[in-house]
Amino acid sequence: MNRDNKTAADGIEPRLRPVSPSGIEVPTSVDAAAVQPDGIGQPGEFPFTRGIFPNGYQGRLWTIRQYSGFGTAEESNERYKFLLAKGQTGLSVALDLPTQCGLDPTHPMARPEIGKVGVSLSNLSEAEILFRDLDLSRISTSFTINGTAAIIYAMYLAVADKQGVPRSKLTGTIQNDILKEYVARGTWIFPVRPSMRLIADTILYSNDVSPRFNPISIAGAHVRDAGATAAEEMAYTLANGLAYVDELRARGGDVEKFAKRLSFFFYVHMDFFDEIAKFRAGRRLWAKLMKERYGAQDPKAQHFRFGVVCGGSSLVAPQPYNNVVRVAVETMAAVFGGAQSIFTCAFDEAFQIPTEFSAELAVRTQQMLAYESGIGRTVDPLGGSYFLEQHTDRMEAQITQVMGEIDAYGGVVRAIEDGWIQMRLAERGLERKLDTDAGRNVVVGLNHFRKDNEEIKVGDVFKLDPTVAQRALEKYQRVLDTRDNAAVERTLARLSAAAVKDRENLMPYLVDCCHAYATVGEMVACLKAQWGEFKEPVNL
Amino acid sequence: MSTQHATAVLGGRRILIGKPGLDGHDIGAKIIALTLRNAGAEVIYTGLRRSPQQIAQVAVDEGVDAVGLSILSGSHKELVADVIAQLRTLKAHDLKVFVGGTIPVEDRAHLHELGVSAVFTADMPLEQVVKTLAELLA
Repeated sequence: MNRDNKTAADGIEPRLRPVSPSGIEVPTSVDAAAVQPDGIGQPGEFPFTRGIFPNGYQGRLWTIRQYSGFGTAEESNERYKFLLAKGQTGLSVALDLPTQCGLDPTHPMARPEIGKVGVSLSNLSEAEILFRDLDLSRISTSFTINGTAAIIYAMYLAVADKQGVPRSKLTGTIQNDILKEYVARGTWIFPVRPSMRLIADTILYSNDVSPRFNPISIAGAHVRDAGATAAEEMAYTLANGLAYVDELRARGGDVEKFAKRLSFFFYVHMDFFDEIAKFRAGRRLWAKLMKERYGAQDPKAQHFRFGVVCGGSSLVAPQPYNNVVRVAVETMAAVFGGAQSIFTCAFDEAFQIPTEFSAELAVRTQQMLAYESGIGRTVDPLGGSYFLEQHTDRMEAQITQVMGEIDAYGGVVRAIEDGWIQMRLAERGLERKLDTDAGRNVVVGLNHFRKDNEEIKVGDVFKLDPTVAQRALEKYQRVLDTRDNAAVERTLARLSAAAVKDRENLMPYLVDCCHAYATVGEMVACLKAQWGEFKEPVNL
Repeated sequence: MSTQHATAVLGGRRILIGKPGLDGHDIGAKIIALTLRNAGAEVIYTGLRRSPQQIAQVAVDEGVDAVGLSILSGSHKELVADVIAQLRTLKAHDLKVFVGGTIPVEDRAHLHELGVSAVFTADMPLEQVVKTLAELLA
């Protein structure tokens, strides 16, 4: 903490600047005559500025979804039962880094990370424990998984098979958005092009066997947390979305079918109208692109469905209870933006794994807004506001401009392979950090209105059980000792053979591998042998 | 900004910024790398997913004055201990090691005991990071 050091902003009263953090000019008073809000359409009608459903949250409330999962499958299974009992309506599964990077717990790089940022899911037996006594036909499960998303989705299908739940009844989401991993989150494994193929495989397969499941959640959240503005977050995300659409069409996918299951994922930070405008503009832009560029006729194939996280890097450690208020304001912006699912960060997430107390308060925040405040009663209640409509139009123009810059470079795939987007984001991150250091980006308690000599100590710190790694390794070894190794070899050999055929869908092979208790590391090793690994462009 | 236009307080210094382990959050590492370069240092960035051994080897091969480790996965105790052990194996005792990322307050004393010279967190002003390193490497 910087409590011992004076900052440039100390003692200076912050001022409201006539420009939003996305760089959009904000007038003191909007000239009503200059605004033409008649182009926005009705809720549930193209271009869906006012939302994808005519009845908004009266039809269906947003899903209250909290990110959880740590340690072993047993502990996560207990935590899920706790959260469901508290009224949470969907599960969100965090996976540990070895699982995300496709390394088994025995790999030397895996050892220090087992069970740290999520649950270790090295093979089907762990997934069976994770979902024990949870009826997969009744809960929707969201997995934050990318590099190994196809494998984790295969594992989920295999658990459903084992539970006797028809795959067609499964609901939930895999993040499965590899492009942003190369830019901001770093759990890539394979080069960009085979990774795009794997993503197309999961989407095309899921459309057929689990049509209610979202096989991708195209995420802006991570570039946002790295320093991108709201407009840039939306622009990068839509550009990535279009890259997936192009890939799916090249594989013979039908836009009317696959586009219905594309979903999106964003952060909500503190600038209230930038956030609301970002969602309204993004929703409108996506609908127009799907209809006009790709000819999608079915409204559902034009729908921009999205989930959000409220909090992230907008939360800070000094005066941590301020974060409760931040999350509440951000959640309101998400509701006015028309989010389909909301995750609220716990106030202590800026510095520790949330405690049960802080995790419960985060859920309660959503419940108060949902059931006490009444802000969800009317669909798009701010629609038609002179300022919001003008800001939405300007936001759309800003997003379009950034997308144009990516196009001009040669598209996202090339921009990522070259490291161009990564560099752009690093420079933006530095700029934002300097703005915060100087107090131009006001963060109460951090760079303005600070308390001297603040002791940062809140509640009970959640401690991860130090035996987690050992137990994970023992269970892993037991699976290796008891499974039918001949079946494992057979299914892996088939996977390898299929991997070299570009138009062969790998999903059935991965499901077979999972059923045989092949491990994530084994499946990834097979694919690496065929495709190689991503070479990170380190051109700072 | 001051850190960009600062006189080269880190001029002549060679600093390695490393990402040990599997954590993929690299924006902090990149911001620090750019900042130290703007302050005059010659900066080498390892990129993601380096083993402690690889990082120690690069540090020795490149003859750096300091190694900065960025870790946000909660595995800082193990990874930092490992990098320092590897540096000792390579007889690079005089290298300064600093750490950044999500490091809980209660873990900082332990990192210092391991031999870490400074711990930086995301909300610390960059100017202060540069100043601390300049003093450390003076």
